[in-house]
Formats: sequence, structure tokens, C-alpha cells
Amino acid sequence: MLVPISWLKDYVDIDVSVEELENKLFSCGFEVEEKYQVGKDIENVVVGLVKKCDPIPDTHLHVCVVDAGKHGEFQVCCGADNVEAGKKYPLALVGARVYQTAKDHVTVEGVMTISAGKLRGYDSFGMLCSGTELGLSENLYKGAGYNGLLVLPDDATPGEDVKPITGLDEWIFDVSITANRPDCQSIFGLAREVAAVLQKPLKQPDLSYTETGVTKELSVSCEAPDLCERYISHYVYDVNIKESPDWMKRRLTLVGCSAISNIVDITNYVLKELGQPMHAFDYNYLEGHAINVRRAADEEKIVTLDEKEFSLTHDNLVICDGKKPVALAGIMGGLNSEILDTTNEVVFEAAKFMTDNIRKSSRSLGQSSDSSAVFSKGVYEYTTVMAMKRALHLIEELGCGKVSSTKFDVNTGNSIEPRELTVSVSKVNGVLGIKVPDADIVRVLKNLDFSPVIAGDVLTIKVPAYRLDIETYQDVAEEVIRMYGYDHIVPTFIPTAQVTSGGYNLRQRTELKIKNALCAQGAFEGMHYSFFSPSDLDLLRLPEDSPLRHAIKLINPINRDLSLMRTTLVPQMIHAMAKNQKNGILSGRIFELGNKFIAKDLPLKEYPDERETICIGVFGEDEDFFSLKGVLEAVASALDIKFDYEKEEYVFLHPYRSAKVLCNGEEIGLMGQVKYEIQDETDMRVPAYVAEIDLKALTKYYGKERRFTPLPAFNEEKRDLCFVMDKDVTCASVEKTIEATCDYVTDINLFDIYEGAQLGENKKSMAFNLVFTPKNEELKPEFVDSLIKNILDTLNEKYGITLRA
Amino acid sequence: MADLNELTEKLSLLKQEIEAKIDTFSDSKEAFEFRKGLMDSKTGQIGSLMKEMGKIPNELKADYGKKVNEIKAWALSKFDELEKTLKEKEMKKRYEAEAIDVTLPSKMRPVGYLHPITQVKNQIVQIFGSMGFDIFEGTEIENDYYNFTALNIPKDHPARDMQDTFYLSPDFLLRTQTSAGQIHVMEAKKPPIKIISPGKVFRSDDDATHSPMFTQMEGLVVDKGITLGDLQGLLNVFVEKIFGDGTTTRLRPSYFPFTEPSVEVDVSCFQCKGKGCKLCKGTGWIEVLGAGVVNKKVLEGCDIDSDVYSGIAFGIGVDRIAMLKYGINNIKLLFESDLRVLDQIND
Repeated sequence: MLVPISWLKDYVDIDVSVEELENKLFSCGFEVEEKYQVGKDIENVVVGLVKKCDPIPDTHLHVCVVDAGKHGEFQVCCGADNVEAGKKYPLALVGARVYQTAKDHVTVEGVMTISAGKLRGYDSFGMLCSGTELGLSENLYKGAGYNGLLVLPDDATPGEDVKPITGLDEWIFDVSITANRPDCQSIFGLAREVAAVLQKPLKQPDLSYTETGVTKELSVSCEAPDLCERYISHYVYDVNIKESPDWMKRRLTLVGCSAISNIVDITNYVLKELGQPMHAFDYNYLEGHAINVRRAADEEKIVTLDEKEFSLTHDNLVICDGKKPVALAGIMGGLNSEILDTTNEVVFEAAKFMTDNIRKSSRSLGQSSDSSAVFSKGVYEYTTVMAMKRALHLIEELGCGKVSSTKFDVNTGNSIEPRELTVSVSKVNGVLGIKVPDADIVRVLKNLDFSPVIAGDVLTIKVPAYRLDIETYQDVAEEVIRMYGYDHIVPTFIPTAQVTSGGYNLRQRTELKIKNALCAQGAFEGMHYSFFSPSDLDLLRLPEDSPLRHAIKLINPINRDLSLMRTTLVPQMIHAMAKNQKNGILSGRIFELGNKFIAKDLPLKEYPDERETICIGVFGEDEDFFSLKGVLEAVASALDIKFDYEKEEYVFLHPYRSAKVLCNGEEIGLMGQVKYEIQDETDMRVPAYVAEIDLKALTKYYGKERRFTPLPAFNEEKRDLCFVMDKDVTCASVEKTIEATCDYVTDINLFDIYEGAQLGENKKSMAFNLVFTPKNEELKPEFVDSLIKNILDTLNEKYGITLRA
Repeated sequence: MADLNELTEKLSLLKQEIEAKIDTFSDSKEAFEFRKGLMDSKTGQIGSLMKEMGKIPNELKADYGKKVNEIKAWALSKFDELEKTLKEKEMKKRYEAEAIDVTLPSKMRPVGYLHPITQVKNQIVQIFGSMGFDIFEGTEIENDYYNFTALNIPKDHPARDMQDTFYLSPDFLLRTQTSAGQIHVMEAKKPPIKIISPGKVFRSDDDATHSPMFTQMEGLVVDKGITLGDLQGLLNVFVEKIFGDGTTTRLRPSYFPFTEPSVEVDVSCFQCKGKGCKLCKGTGWIEVLGAGVVNKKVLEGCDIDSDVYSGIAFGIGVDRIAMLKYGINNIKLLFESDLRVLDQIND
């Protein structure tokens, strides 16, 4: 919210510096996001008296001698048509900063620094300025709109800074107002806080006016009291539409509002000053001389002041005359009852529309205004009543109309008197953890106009009707501490709290263990969004009926690429690997531990399954299926479990280099090389491998108890055996058979594979190292031989495996 | 060989011969072999001398033996010295031959690192875990009640506008704050409650400084006599541990519907120690979290007697802390798995 300090000063005597004012506001909950002077970009521009002004022959230029008081006398060339001797203009001295304008002298193109120059052979030390060059418009300073030099008042002293003369020294604060303080979204509302924090009296706005006794035919009714709790209207006649006075135009301009004409300007002025949106209807365009507040009919149409047409619904509130909508309540007036230059009778409106309704209508229609922004935060009836009076006062002050006696106040009976609230002083202090002296409590609450009285532990206050946010002792505690000062809080370390245990639980600890195991494998932890793109499902070449396509949709995504809750972590991992390759990193390992989202039904009616999932991606010429498998086994090893692998095809993986991952027979994931088509599509230069493990399925193995196995009393026996078999016999089937056949074997390690002519066609050999662990007695070599014979017999029987000669 | 003089002469000749020979060796193995030959008890020029003893008259035996032993000792020490010198030379050569450029790259298989957010999360958990805080992780998908209504943000509340919410259905949404976890905990557990609740949160905001997904950590203490002073005390400990000794906090008023009073918590700038620098924009303070005394309406909504118990809550922006701590300048970098970024942070 833009706040010109001079406007604030109408209501509080501010005798502190802008810095101190900023700090005071900050300390009581109002952050000044930016503070600046209107002429923040202007420097070293002084009053210059043109003493001599001679035309330069054959040009439109003049060469002038300008008296700049204490700065001296300068020769300055000037091209403006209104330069003449004896007059005073802003003189930008050499080194001054002013706005640079385009050839049209109107469009500002930036800030420039003035240097000494030469025009048509004449030296020029400085520049006489237009209003535009100083950042002034006609509304900010009379005469500044002229496309030529800005003429300064005759009583200006040469050499004096032009800023105070032209109002360029005015300070503007841009204050951020929190959502709980809609009463502060106005100059007067903020002035109340400033008065309280500076401990100065608050001056009240002038609300005086006199009704003429004249009446006029008008009826006002409200059919939707649930959406409009108060509707005040007043008929004003003998209206004389013209420009507003300079002071009003200037203030409106300073707060970012364009000045239009006195009646419209008054409504905007009251909005900015008091925080109550107002509207003015041309009486002569109100058919039936009636106003009715009601819900719109479905598909009812209105064209607003900005000439946009809207088709309405039952959820939109409209102001109607005897026949048709004439305004979109709280958002914008209708074009059909707009104030025109010819308007001579108006009906003013000040109303309290319901916050939620205005916000929703504004959103659903995509139409907003300063009014709807204020209504969306909240308006109090206290202010509604005040605003109408203020507007009528301004009518009189500006002399632009007469206040009739035809007026309506349609309301639901809400009081605008202060509410009494009683709280316990010790509870207020209990929230804060300190004992604020009673006198200070009384002082700060009095400054906030709460009329506090303390009797023993009982604090009674009268809460003004514009402070609906004050309901409990906690609210009072906040009022006290923000005015008393948060620096009074004494930090304590929960002395009254009971001792509790804490830290990560088993699941959290185990997940961290898994992550650390993956890091030890050289993998970096990544983190991707929980939502992804429908195109990611296409990237995986998933068929239409794939369950992975059954994703939860965001109703209001930022864009299509972030519109589905992910059902797999794989696509984002592929993108991550591709992106790294684009960055020139051609080898790497990444993992992510995150949720995928599996809906039970769509649209969502109950919480979906959020499944913790690990996704691992490795890429590079130095990686292969088995290096990825190694990374996976690090996960298994962290959990002290074993993974098994079975060949399986997946639409996005290499058909011969992909497997499903099992644990105790349960399918828990997949792994393999990313299909070349996908590698190409994502511009990956080196092969990529990806694995996805359903961590939630593994939680049952978390916290497996570790027991120490005593070291064997006798030496282990290790034997190397080389088997010859058919090519299609898998390593896993050999290992499984050995394990099943002999329980002395505690470890099996493949160390060589060979295929060659001497083995015969479709044959291969695999060499294993077998570890035989003794049980209760020493393993004799002959006994191990017998175990091996048994193993060989079984392998031979099952797969025709023989020992290589 | 009856004459000792003859022997002496023979031995001195042998000595000369050995001395001359010694200078010719360049290899310790050769020297060793030669010495072995020399000392051989059957064939060696020195080793075999003792064989002659039998031929020596008895009265001369002692002198003979003495002389032989002398030369033997002399030769042995001479060869020891020689071999030592030669071995030293050979070692030197070997070392020289094995010279390397020590600045060549190492052969370490680099380990990976945890995500910067995980690292910060772990640090925060360690701090609060040691103070007895449990870690509660809620769900990313929440319903309207837990995310808003139960947190004193009813349907028409303007505070809903403060957070642009992603909706999945009329009732379900992506949580906009980890505060939603507060309610689940307070419904499930009665005081004393001390939890922190880290997790991903989502807001419909996507620009240079905002990411639609980021990480928050909610903290909640509910017990008897908990005050705003406790909040500051607790957070002072936290910021000192996470940002370093001497870091302190400043409270200033703010607004959150679920706390009253609500405060923004600034930490003293850990880079300039409060003097004012680029990081703190010259103010000496950095805004890091929002907090407050739990609104009694929220407690009561969870059937906790607000006359007996009170609570404090705080919401930490984990990403923001990670970015501040490590000087990461763009939040988007945290979600791109760019290895050039990830391999820089190992705290």
C-alpha cells in the first residue's frame, strides 16, 4: 500500500525522521517494503532566473544567462518555446540528474546526467527543465504537464533546490499490510497505528456536512443480506462535474490512482483514505429510481466501466436499478450508469459486501479493481458509515454538489459500537512469558483506543468495531507485545516442559542408512518435483492402459508439464541424466528417494497411497547393467537382505538388458538399460541405466536384528570349480542349485565365464569359487570332495552340467 | 708353509688383490657372490686357509690362526661396507626410477553426497532430536481440513489467498505448509508434545526466487506453561547450532492464522555478524522463519484443554537455510540433479 507521509500527517503529528517512522512501523507489524521520495532520481536541480534570453539566429533555440543564486550565473542554451527573460525555471546544473525524454519530450527513457556542452557554437552549462524531465505530471504539480519549461512561482529564490517547491521531496512508504489487519489498508487506518506507536493523538477526519432538506424519489432494498450486511446510499444533486482540486489530484496520483473528475475522484479518495470502496451512480440512469442488491440471475449480462461484458451466475452479487444490473457489487460499476460530464444528480453507495463472495466473483470472472482488492481483504461497517459521511463532506468542501435528505441505510443490525472484552492479565502475561507492568498494558491499549481498565487480574477493554481480529487473551497479548516491544521478551528454554525422547524413528533412520549406502557407491542424491508431465508417460512409451497412466491430476497446475502427480520416478531421472550430459558430464550416478502417488480412485475421495520409492540412474561408458546392479546390492546390503533378479521386459528398457528385482520372491522393483530410442529422444550421448525400487515394500525388513556369528573354530575350505553347461543356463540357477544341495556352502562367487570352440557349440563354462564353512568339526579334504561330488551330480542331473576337464 | 713370514706376505698380497677387486664391483649381488666364493671353506682363498692348520707346526698354530682370523674379519667388514654402499646406490637408483608427478590426479572412487536439503534436514533433526523432539512426516497430499480449516483458516479466510494452493479435487490438495502435520500429531497424541515435521510443500508460485515445490520443517511444542519466551529461547539455541556461535534472533510481529501472537523471526547475519552486508541487505538481519504461540482455537479443535496447555510453533524454510548456509543463489538448482551443483556441498 502506497502511503504519502504528508497525507498521514493530516491525522497524526509525525515529528520523527522517516527512518524512525519506518522502524516504529516495522516494530509494530507493518513492514515498509520500500520508501522513496517522489523525486528520488532527481539531483542538483535548482531555481534558475533567466536574466537574459537571446534567440540564436536561424534556429528555434535561445541562449540564456541564468542566475542560479549561490551556484553562480550560467550560460544555458534552451529550445523550449516558453523561455523568456525574467521568469524562473528549474535549472539542472552540470552534474545534475534528470529524466531523459524521447524526441516527443513526453516519453521518459531513463535518467541522464547533465554535462557541459555546446549547441550551434554556444557553450551551455546546464539545462532548463520541463516537468516531465523532473518526473512531474500535471496532476502532481500544476503546470508540469506543459510540453515546454516548467514555470516556477515568482517567489522562488534563485539557487534554491526545486524539490521542496515542486513536492519532489515528498516521502512515500510502500507498506505491507498483513491479512489480519484489513482495517489498516488505508491512510487513516495506518494513521491509527502510527498514532499509537508514536503515542500521539489521532485526529479524526472531517465528517461534517449539512443536508439541504431536499428529497427525491428513490427506493433502496437488499434481497441478499447474506452477501451484503450493510448498504448505505445518499442522493446528491446540483452536481457540477469538473476536475478535482490540485491537492486531491496530487494525492490520488501519489497513491497510484488516476484523477478523473470530482465525483469519481471523491469515491477513490475515500477508498484510499478510509479503506471503504464507494461507488457513484448517475441518478438519471437508474430506471425506476430504484436500487436493489441481489444475486444475479444465471447468464444475466453486465458491461462494466471498462467496457468488458460478463455473463453472471447466481453466485455473483449485483446492484440493480428497477430493471437491470448497474454494477457488479464491490468489483466495478456498470457502463450504463457511469458518471459522465453531463451528470448532475448522483447516488453514492457505501456498502459492506461479504469478503468471500467478492473474492470468489472477482476470481471467477477474472475482473478486479482497487475496490475488489479491498473487499477481498475485508471492510468493516464502522468504516462504511464513516466513509459515506466523509464523501458527503468532500462534496461540500469541493463545492461540487448539494447533499439532499434522501438517504438509506439498509443493514442487518450489526453494531458499530465497541465490544467489551474481559481477559485475565496473568493469561496475557502467560502467553508472553514475561510480566508486563500493568501500567504499560494500560498505556499501550489506551493508545490503541481500547479504553482499558485493570482491576486485579481482570483486564476489561472496549474493542473498536474495526478490530474484529481481537477475540481472545492471545490477541490482546499480541497487541500488548507489539506495542510494548518484542525486545522485552526474555528467551527461556522450555523450563516447564517435560523431558521427552526424540530423534529419527526406525523408518527414518533406515532410509538415511540406505541413502548413505548409495552415496558410498558414488551416487549423488537428487530431488525432483512430486509432479511431472503427461509427456513423461509418453517418453516411457507406456501403453494407454498402463496403470502408471492412472495419475492424480492437479486441477490448477502451473503448466501442463507440472500437471500430474508422479506414478514413477523414472522419467525425471532420465531427464536428470540427459541434462547432465547436456552439461558435458558424461558419467555419473544419481539417486532419489521420494514418493510416488497411487490413487485408489479418481477423482480423489480418500488419501492416496504415497509410496516411498528409490530411483537410481547411472550413465557413462564406464557403467553397465552390472555396475547398476552393484549399486542396487548396496541397498540390499544396507538392509541385510538379498535381491534376486529375473529377466523381464519393460517398454522403456533394453529388451535383453532388463530384469525385475525380487526380494524373498516378492517383486519389488525393476532395473535395466534405458532403451536406445529414449536415449536418442533425450539427446543422451552415452548409455543410461535406471532402477526403481519400491521402498515401502521393503519396510518390513527394516530394523532386522543383527546377531554376531562366532568365528568358525575350524578353517574354511575354498575350492575353485569350472563347470561346462548349455549357454542358456543362468548363473542364478547354478548358484541356487548349489545352495539347495549343500548347506556347507556359505558363499559362491563367479569369477570367470568362457565361450569357445573347444567347448562345443552352444556351450559355455562358468568358474566359481565355493566357500565351505565347517560346522562342528574340521572339514577333511576327502569330505569336501564328497560334498563336491554330490553337487556335481545334482547339477548334472538338473542341467547336464559337467566339470571342465 | 712353515714360515709365518711367508704367510704374512701371502696374506698381504691377498689383501691387495681383494682391495683392488672391491673397487670394481657395481652390483651388490656380484659382490655377495664373490665374498661367498672367497669365504668358501673348501675352495675360497680365505675360507680354505683354515684347512692348512694341520700343516702348521704346533708352536706356530696360534699365530697362524690369529693372522687368518684377522684377514677374515678384515675381509668381512670390507665386504659389509661394500655391500652397504652398493645397496644404498641401488636403492637410490630404484627410487629415482620410480619417480612420479605427485600432482597427477588421485585414483579415489569418489563417493556421492546427500542432497543439500537432506544435509540441512539432518542437522536440524540432530539439534531438535537431542532436545527430545520426535520427527513426524505427514503426507504430501492433504485434505482441506488439515491444511486449512483445522489451522484456523476457514473457507472464506483471506489467509487462503496468502498461499496459492494446488488442488487435486474439491477436498484434496498438495499441502501448502507442514503445519498440517501439527493437527495429525495433536489428534493422535496428548501433551507433552515436541515434534518437528519436515517435508515437501507446494505453492503455485514459479519464478526466479520461487519453486512450486520446496521444503519446510514445522516445529511444535505443547505442554504446560509454554510461552513466547520459550519460543525465542528454543530458536536461539537452534540458530546458534545451525549458523554458528553468537547468532541470535529478533522477533517482530507478523500474522499466521494458527498462531497468536505470530512473529517473523530474523537471525543476526552470520556473515557480517550484524554489521550489514550484501547477504542481509545491510540490515544485519536475515528473515528465516515464521513462528508464534499456537492459537488456542487450534488446540481446542484438537481437544487439547487450552486452559491447561499452551504451545509454540515454528516453520523453518529448509531450502532457504540450505541456500543461506551454502550460498546457493537459485532455488531451482536444488531440484535439477545437476551433478555440478550436488558435488559441491558436503557439510
